[in-house]
Amino acid sequence: MKSYSIVAMLAAAFIAFPAIASAPLNYDDARHLLNRTGFGATDAEIRRMVGMTREEAARTLLAATRATAVTAPPAWTNDAGPLRYPRGENASDMERKQFQQEQIRDGLELRGWWLDEMLATPSPLTERMTLFWHNHFVSSQQKVKLAQLMYRQNVTLRAHALGRFGDLLHAIARDPAMVIYLDSAQNRKGAPNENFARELMELFTLGEGNYGEQDIKDAARAFTGWSLDRDSGRFVFRRFVHDYGSKTVLGRSGYFDGDDVLDILLAKAQTAEFITRKLWREFVSADPDEAEVKKIASRFRDSRYDIKVALEALLVSDAFYAKENRGVLVKSPVDLVVGTLKQFDLKPGGPVPFAVAAAAMGQNLFSPPNVKGWPGGEAWINTSTLLARKAFLDRLFRADDAGASMADASARAMTPVPKQVIAAGGVQESEIARRIRFMRAMERGLKSVQFDSAAWLAELDTTEQARAEAATRLLLAYAPQAAADPASAPLAMVRQIVLDAAYQLK
Amino acid sequence: MNRRDFLRFATGASVLPGAMLSTAGVAWATVPADARYRNLLVLIELKGGNDGLNTLVPYASPTYYALRPKLAIARDKVVKLSDAAGLHPALEPLLPLWNSRELAVLQGVGYPEPNLSHFRSIEIWDTASKSAEYLQEGWLTRTFAAAPTPADFAADGVIVGSSDLGPLAGAGTRAIALANTEQFLRQARLAIPEGNARNRALQHILKVEADIVQAASHLNADHAFSTEFPQGGFGNAIKTACQVIANRAGVAVVRVTLSGFDTHSGQSGTQARLLGELAGGLVALKSALVELDRWNDTLVLTYAEFGRRPKENLSNGTDHGTASVHFATGGRVAGGMYGEQPALDRLSGDGNTGYAIDFRSVYATVLDRWWGVPSTGPLGGRFAPLPILRA
Repeated sequence: MKSYSIVAMLAAAFIAFPAIASAPLNYDDARHLLNRTGFGATDAEIRRMVGMTREEAARTLLAATRATAVTAPPAWTNDAGPLRYPRGENASDMERKQFQQEQIRDGLELRGWWLDEMLATPSPLTERMTLFWHNHFVSSQQKVKLAQLMYRQNVTLRAHALGRFGDLLHAIARDPAMVIYLDSAQNRKGAPNENFARELMELFTLGEGNYGEQDIKDAARAFTGWSLDRDSGRFVFRRFVHDYGSKTVLGRSGYFDGDDVLDILLAKAQTAEFITRKLWREFVSADPDEAEVKKIASRFRDSRYDIKVALEALLVSDAFYAKENRGVLVKSPVDLVVGTLKQFDLKPGGPVPFAVAAAAMGQNLFSPPNVKGWPGGEAWINTSTLLARKAFLDRLFRADDAGASMADASARAMTPVPKQVIAAGGVQESEIARRIRFMRAMERGLKSVQFDSAAWLAELDTTEQARAEAATRLLLAYAPQAAADPASAPLAMVRQIVLDAAYQLK
Repeated sequence: MNRRDFLRFATGASVLPGAMLSTAGVAWATVPADARYRNLLVLIELKGGNDGLNTLVPYASPTYYALRPKLAIARDKVVKLSDAAGLHPALEPLLPLWNSRELAVLQGVGYPEPNLSHFRSIEIWDTASKSAEYLQEGWLTRTFAAAPTPADFAADGVIVGSSDLGPLAGAGTRAIALANTEQFLRQARLAIPEGNARNRALQHILKVEADIVQAASHLNADHAFSTEFPQGGFGNAIKTACQVIANRAGVAVVRVTLSGFDTHSGQSGTQARLLGELAGGLVALKSALVELDRWNDTLVLTYAEFGRRPKENLSNGTDHGTASVHFATGGRVAGGMYGEQPALDRLSGDGNTGYAIDFRSVYATVLDRWWGVPSTGPLGGRFAPLPILRA
């Protein structure tokens, strides 16, 4: 295995690199690379990358990627016992409500944990790719319910985030959250449920138009019996409900099981192209260059779907650094929230209010809107979500924090807000009253960060005259609506820059 | 017989009534620009694909009870509208609308060569495309591009409680998405519409900023209704919709979404709750519109990506289907049954029904008859309007 990957890397290196080494990265290039592959790069991070070649920079980022998180997960993720949830018809309403509130609370903690990890990780690219796969192999807590299973799926996504796409696909097909989300658990011989098979082809591998209804029907039969154990929540294959008959999928016939079908899909060029196109949209621009996509996709498939091979090819490409592709992607809500916290070195009392803020902007982690995921791009911005973004930034940079009231708010926000808020009223508290208490606690949490605008600006540049320019250059990927006035007060200057439309771009 | 032929066969009977009506809507075509869109459209999306068979129950059909041993609504629970069909018990609050002949029940609304994917099928509905045609813009976006709303309108349309713009998607419309009007107005002062757009993404953001400023200058949020709105998300969304409608500056369309209809398992409880919310919301909507004296110039339509498969699955749920039943209501709606009951004894190879009313005929009704703007351009062809409106 090891020797194979070295060969693959060498082969990829040989094909990928242009004959003439590219010019070293300048400040704008480095900022562009770091903001596209991570969250809100700081001035210091950018300066460390200036002077590297494209290849050195891409390899540095790819070499630092991880397969595990550095942040300790919520304590309940270590529960070894059977999953607790109301079973069957006998569960009382009380039990159900209690379960629901537990899952909401755990789910919030989970969102907070991931946000913390995005801030703390030494490899932001790892989290960006984990998020990319979360938005590809979508499962939502809205349907899965159990936060524990959503956590385990997140661990699986991260483990393979920069590994092999084939391994990831095989792992996800038997991932318990996915088994619930796309109804594999209900897929039985004689009564197939096509939900997983359909999305597998439409959204996970081939893309629409590259398969027929009959392919879906037979693929669904191949996955019959892929289920999960009700106590452990682990994947289990139920051979008594598996359809052992012959199937025909994409022109190939045989006594296929689910893994066979996945391999048939992986063998198709359309799968590599579909994934490469999506990576292009994530990292380069909204309009993939089809000729380039095909080239990179074939390299990707030849490398046995080594995700790093595809990523490296994209990150050293001329298209990635092209002037017309700078500042043309809309930041996702998570980009905006995590990036802002990072760029301004803001230390929240707790992460949950920030995960809730991203949800209000249209990106509720662990709960994408449907199996197609967040559509992204310009769809992130409409009147409602743009105002949510601006209100968030306005709240963060409304006043310089030095007063005792802020310390007080911070102390209150330090306690794990959701537990307190949701548990306090118990099940009897009306939903609306609980929601209001919750939103107030979230507001307090957002105010818990402290920001000293003068100190932050002073670190950027020594002369007052150059500060406006330096801050604009660091924070905006595109020319501002109106240039910041060097004479304005520090906080006013920062506010103007972050409320500029260009701050929504990367 | 291939799939296409089958559908033609299955729906053949329905072509006739449509053809008979096709002359009705054409005459009104051109309304002067400043008088357009005085009639309001309220769209209610039943997101996830509502099960039509348990919404309008064919309680006289033994086939229905055979297909649904667990999920069928018992005959004695059905709110009977005719000797063949009746409403799900949770829709009982709609009975007064039916009795006052303000509720049109549109049976078998669908389209040829149905797609069973949520995203693709709602895209087909939202863009009014053919099954195999990919269009970028919503059907209302195309309508407003061809026949703009008056400049003094607050917006073309307001999307309540969802950030997905559906039929208003695509460049060019003034679509406002908001969760509640007070918050919208509070935050709108942060919008900065100035600046030159030099790339597509920035262009989009600047346009949205300008839309916010325009809408905020017209809307206010303080109308006091005596109507009591139901508690919960959908009730709140209806209330917000009514706040928007209460403003003097016009909007042509308001869209509200009720989510959760994708009932692959455990359907009974979920659908009953959702239909209860829908009924409660519609009753409150009428009451508030009557207060505003807008009930007679409002047309309310439900829609969804598809219905569900007639045969229940083994998870006490139903899988993605095709045509479904929808409702139209309003002070000038000619109540009654339209279209046809699904032919449960003539299901397609994948177990689904044909359609009786093309959804684009519903849209043509809105464009030709309700707004008096030509429908053939925006809908990419001629579709016969339905006779569901009184003069």
